[in-house]
Amino acid sequence: MWYYEKKLQYPVRVGICSPKLAKFLIEQYGGTDGELAAALRYLNQRYTIPSRVIGLLNDIGTEEFAHLEMIATMVYKLTKDATPEQLKEAGLGDHYVDHGKSVYYHNAAGQKFDMGLQSKGDPIADLYEDIAAEEKARSTYQWIINLSDDPQINDALGFLRERENVHSQRFREAVELLKEEQGQKRVF
Amino acid sequence: MSTSRKWYAPYISPLDPCPPLSPIAYETPAQLYLGFQPQGLEQFSPFDALVHGTLWPALFTPYTNPYQSKKRGEF
Ligand SMILES: [Fe+2]
Repeated sequence: MWYYEKKLQYPVRVGICSPKLAKFLIEQYGGTDGELAAALRYLNQRYTIPSRVIGLLNDIGTEEFAHLEMIATMVYKLTKDATPEQLKEAGLGDHYVDHGKSVYYHNAAGQKFDMGLQSKGDPIADLYEDIAAEEKARSTYQWIINLSDDPQINDALGFLRERENVHSQRFREAVELLKEEQGQKRVF
Repeated sequence: MSTSRKWYAPYISPLDPCPPLSPIAYETPAQLYLGFQPQGLEQFSPFDALVHGTLWPALFTPYTNPYQSKKRGEF
C-alpha cells in the first residue's frame, strides 16, 4: 500500500508563460520513456525479480510517480491560463479539442500512452531494460532543457535529470548483485 | 569461473493457493562477466564454432530447462 505526502518531491516554479513548453514536457508524462511508463514498469517487474532487488524496484517505481506529479504540475501551470487561441498557437489545438485543459497521457507528438511496457520476467533482461530507460529519460530531460528558456523550469528539470542518473546507477548495482556467485563476498 | 545460472527462493506465504515452486532460476550468461573480450582467447574448431554459434568457448552459454532436472537448485 502507499502513503501520500501532500507536497512535491522538489518545488516546481514556472517563470515564463510559455504554453508551447507544455507540449514538450508532456513527453515525460505519457511518452514511452516517461515517468508513467517508468513507474508502471518497475512496479510490475517487482513480482518476478529475486527478493533482494524487489525493494529497489518498489522504491524507484514509487519515486517515478512523484516525478510524474511534478511534470503534471508544470504542464498544468503552463496551460491553465491560456486562451484556446494561445493553445492553438502552442501546437496544443488538437489536445484542447480532445481533452480540454486536462493533462493527458500522450507524448510530445500527440500519440496516446503506449502500454507496450517492457517486462520480460527475466531479471537480467528487465534490469538492462531499466538501465536503458533511465538513460533515455535522462536524454529526454536534456532535450527539453535545450528547448526551454525558463531557468526556473530548467532547475526542476535538472533535478529530475539527476534522479535518472541515480536510478541508472542503482539498477547497475542491482545487476551486480544478481551476478554474484552464491556465498561469495562483495568487494566495494 | 562464473556460473550461468543462479537460484533464489521467493517469499512463500502459508496462504498461497498452489504448492510452492522454489527455488526459481535465472540466467546470468557469460557475456555479463567477460568485460572487453581478451585477445588470444581459446577458440573452437571451425566446425564446432558453427555448431555452437560462437567461436569462443568462453562465450558459449547453453540453455536447458532448469525445471526439468531432478535436483532443483543445481545445474
Ligand atoms: Fe527514473
